[in-house]
Amino acid sequence: MTPEEHFEAIVAAEDKIEPTDWMPEAYRSTLIRQIAQHAHSEVIGMQPEGNWISRAPTLHRKAILMAKVQDEAGHGLYLYSAAETLGVRRDELQELLHQGKHKYSSIFNYPTLSWADIGAIGWLVDGAAITNQVMLTRCSYGPYARGMVRICKEESFHQRQGYEILIRLCQGSPEQNAMAQDALDRWWWPSLMMFGPHDTDSTHTEQSMQWKIKRVSNDELRQQFVDMTVPQADYLGLTMPDPALKWNEERGHYDFGEIDWDEFWTVVKGNGPMNRDRIEHKARAWDDGAWVRAAAAAHAARKSAAAASLTGAA
Amino acid sequence: MTYDVPLLPGESPEIEETTATAGEGWPLWEVFVRARRGISHVHIGSLHAPDPESALQNARDVYTRRGEGVSLWVVPSSEIHAFEPEDLVDYVEANEKVYRHATTYDIPDEVGHM
Repeated sequence: MTPEEHFEAIVAAEDKIEPTDWMPEAYRSTLIRQIAQHAHSEVIGMQPEGNWISRAPTLHRKAILMAKVQDEAGHGLYLYSAAETLGVRRDELQELLHQGKHKYSSIFNYPTLSWADIGAIGWLVDGAAITNQVMLTRCSYGPYARGMVRICKEESFHQRQGYEILIRLCQGSPEQNAMAQDALDRWWWPSLMMFGPHDTDSTHTEQSMQWKIKRVSNDELRQQFVDMTVPQADYLGLTMPDPALKWNEERGHYDFGEIDWDEFWTVVKGNGPMNRDRIEHKARAWDDGAWVRAAAAAHAARKSAAAASLTGAA
Repeated sequence: MTYDVPLLPGESPEIEETTATAGEGWPLWEVFVRARRGISHVHIGSLHAPDPESALQNARDVYTRRGEGVSLWVVPSSEIHAFEPEDLVDYVEANEKVYRHATTYDIPDEVGHM
């Protein structure tokens, strides 16, 4: 059996590919790109939510939000670790992000304008992420799939806390209701865009599906998400900002309107409302933290030198 | 799909070379957690840290925030020596030695449980 046949047999048998296995170079680079983008998304995703930590309406909500943002940092770490098993270094990937050569999910290029946005992000953005990530727990690459299992467990908290924020707002004053509706109006379409282009326009989906990196197509995942979310909006008493949204008895799914693909590509190309801010902020935080990293390294070096001289003296 | 940002026209899916320097060169540590008393430590992930103390503190903060463990080990990744499938006893060969398995021996029913 050639290495290639062996690889294909493992994938066909629903077994996992592990870091030391032979794998096609394109499989490796596809995974590095996707896992790195996923990691960057987790890390950049801390910014829109971090924006509201100091203005959370209660101490309880503040504690929850800090825990959630801390989880996102952890998710970034799991994912960078998974990417490193493929032979890249985390600082290389980070450098590419800072240079604008690596992308992250476009959803984080939208601003968080009100407290209700924190609810909408948990409910919709994390809801869309879960739909995608549940699929990825079945990915053919072992370290990525295992990371997803951990992440999915934690995402469930994220989604529920967001939905609960909106329940409270929707039970509140007319102003609070309006705030919730406004958040839904602004986040609904970008959330649907998270699933990417239509299957017919998605160039490398087919190969990823063959390799079982990806198990379900963009459009199928988007439909799953819509079907799951519409009844949740109904419960809140909110109106989806899509006049074409309608239950289709025959299909057993909701029909919905067309995404504004011009907006989609504008944001992917780097011209969304927050693209520049996000990267500037990230790069600045990295540079500002240089002294902490240098101090930690100096401390470690001094301690190990001291330990070595003790051993030498003995 | 979320984490697979579509390529722009002319963009290559290949990994770009970086100009990144060696960075801080913090070593990589493998993290093992004992979920509860009575079971073995299990590999849970990895992280970069300058020394064992920081590795442990970071591992605690990242991997046991929800009470996932009662004991934590960190081991420098470079200290792990491994055999991979090709180094191990050939799978077919191992399975041919059926006499290693208890179920291959016929014991009369009258003897009872053995």
